[in-house]
Amino acid sequence: MAYNLKEEMSKKERFEAGHRLCAGCGAGIVCRAMMRAVDPEDKAVICNATSCLEVSSFQYPYTAWHDSYIHSAFENASATAAGVEAAYNVMKRKGKLDKNYKILAIGGDGGTYDIGFQSLSGAMERGHDFTYFCYDNEAYMNTGTQRSSATPRFAAATTTPAGTESVGKKQNQKDLTQIMVAHGSPYVAQTTMIGNFKDFHEKAHKAIYTEGPTFVNVLCPCPRGWQYPAEILPQICKMAVETCIWPLYEVEEGEYHLTYKPKNKLPVEEFMKLQGRFKHCFQPGNEWTIEEAQKYVDKKWEELLEKCN
Amino acid sequence: MSIRDRMSGNEAIATAMRQINPDVFAMFPITPSTEIPQYFAKYVADGKVDTEFICVESEHSSMSACIGAEAAGCRAITATSSAGLSYMNETLFVAASARLPIVLAVACRALTGPININHDYSDSMAERDSGFIQIYAENNQEAYDNYLQAHRIAETADVRLPVMICEDGFITSHALENIELESDEDVKAFVGEYNPENYLLKEENPLAVGPYGVSGYYMEARVAQAEAMKNAKKAILAVAEDFEKTFGRKYGFFEEYKMEDAEEAIVIMGSSAGTAKAAVDELRAEGKKVGLIKVRVFRPFPGEELAEALKNVKAVAVLDKSEGFSANGGPLFAETASACINLETRPKMIDIVYGLGGRDFTVAHTKRIFAHLEKIAETGETGPVYIHLGQRDAREEVL
Repeated sequence: MAYNLKEEMSKKERFEAGHRLCAGCGAGIVCRAMMRAVDPEDKAVICNATSCLEVSSFQYPYTAWHDSYIHSAFENASATAAGVEAAYNVMKRKGKLDKNYKILAIGGDGGTYDIGFQSLSGAMERGHDFTYFCYDNEAYMNTGTQRSSATPRFAAATTTPAGTESVGKKQNQKDLTQIMVAHGSPYVAQTTMIGNFKDFHEKAHKAIYTEGPTFVNVLCPCPRGWQYPAEILPQICKMAVETCIWPLYEVEEGEYHLTYKPKNKLPVEEFMKLQGRFKHCFQPGNEWTIEEAQKYVDKKWEELLEKCN
Repeated sequence: MSIRDRMSGNEAIATAMRQINPDVFAMFPITPSTEIPQYFAKYVADGKVDTEFICVESEHSSMSACIGAEAAGCRAITATSSAGLSYMNETLFVAASARLPIVLAVACRALTGPININHDYSDSMAERDSGFIQIYAENNQEAYDNYLQAHRIAETADVRLPVMICEDGFITSHALENIELESDEDVKAFVGEYNPENYLLKEENPLAVGPYGVSGYYMEARVAQAEAMKNAKKAILAVAEDFEKTFGRKYGFFEEYKMEDAEEAIVIMGSSAGTAKAAVDELRAEGKKVGLIKVRVFRPFPGEELAEALKNVKAVAVLDKSEGFSANGGPLFAETASACINLETRPKMIDIVYGLGGRDFTVAHTKRIFAHLEKIAETGETGPVYIHLGQRDAREEVL
């Protein structure tokens, strides 16, 4: 069935307004879109890593989640999901429930790329039937923008500030999407909040309805950490895609498909200049940082194109 | 009808697990508990249970998977030791505060360092404030019996707390002893089905678990949890009573051994109690008024009952098989001493830390302790209160 935004938006919300996420934060948008991708007749259990999202969406006695939800700790969303999935299997087998449940895990880049990486890797290897959504805002935002392994090179974070001896983070980010592909997952995708959400929706739906452990990596800007005015969130997502900093692609059973190819690949500074975290890169004498960032993006893009052909 | 057999503590616990047939077992191996999931894997392979058996990548994940499964509406179990229990630490608190009646078998083992695989209680004692109920066994029979009682205690409506069933690593976990097993049908009938009220996979009513509790709400949650631990005392006794009625073996918070007229007593836990009982028997034969209390339930701590049992004793040695590094004695001593603080007449009390990392504890050691207690009772002088027993260099020994 072709994607229809109007139809999708007329579905009953499963992630309620009134949560405490910041204006201009991507996480709530990710959750709404993620839940739209669960068919209305199906139920879901969401396993959430400790994060901005957790403390903002389930603050006792209120929850923004219409579906069953569990938060346990920072690093164990995948292991928790594994337990829920095991319980679902055994209860189904014993005839204790009829409905179909979709087991979803969601964490930020800290809970996914870093502290929750072992738990994620283990769950992927064991083949549990669940989908992990990473809302990647490229730093530890809940504790105040400390660098993570998802933070791009040259981004200023509170633990990698720019200064007379520093141009921000020294290392390029970990390519977690590729690492998930290497786990042999039947479906891995990279997306963000762009246009009419067709790309996000189709990938999320495919991930949720592909049997086995699947993974969706969502670039998810953070107004506090990235330092941009709330209203330009869509523009930042668009620039991440148009510069090929965050290419949109999916990998089905090891087959790569590019889901969007920019007509004119824009220079990386179109993305960087929108955000305070890269401000120092535009200061005289630091031009080389933008050149280096461009070189890295070009290389990664070429590699991806090769895989997609 | 009981079935006479012989097996190790690990096999006894695994047998209890098989008979209960839990929904989910999330395992990660660590010496000396590893045999438990190994036995269980074979039960799965042979179709003797229909449990979902998940081989996870760490103990943090085994307890996390238990949390997910139990919250989803299932009986979830695991087993561990030592560093594995320490690695679970964070999730133990999560399990208890989410009020999930998970049952965790612990073959107690020393913590690193230096690394050591033998028995003491440094692992389980380090988790004494995790919110888990802790029940300790002297031998394989008690390990089996405690395990049969665990789910019912944990799942009691006004308790809903996870339970640690502790056995002594190697000493109990690996030594073969005679045991009376109960039939599969009798065990199933005694333990019963698990029918939680609210759970994640309840189709008609979704559930949210693990909220952010701001200071306006956090304290109420903790108080409710503290109340649940108090309620556990009643549940432990009620289940023990039914256990005795059903299977004939009697259990309480602790066992009093020859305490009726005892003037000197030791308070001890686990397999060492067996050794110490032999010394009590020998000293009683010499006409000495000595006795022993073996603490079975450490959490909730039966403070009032223990004080009542000790109130007429002149001198008490508390034996701690873990070093708490408080510079003021081990955890069992701290609890026992504080339990007695409001007695009208209190016994003189000392702490003896012994048996660390599997160091031998003998009948001769116990006799030395009682000789020392006799002196304290006579003179009313405790001398050093916090003592280490059984060191390599005899010059370091106080006793």
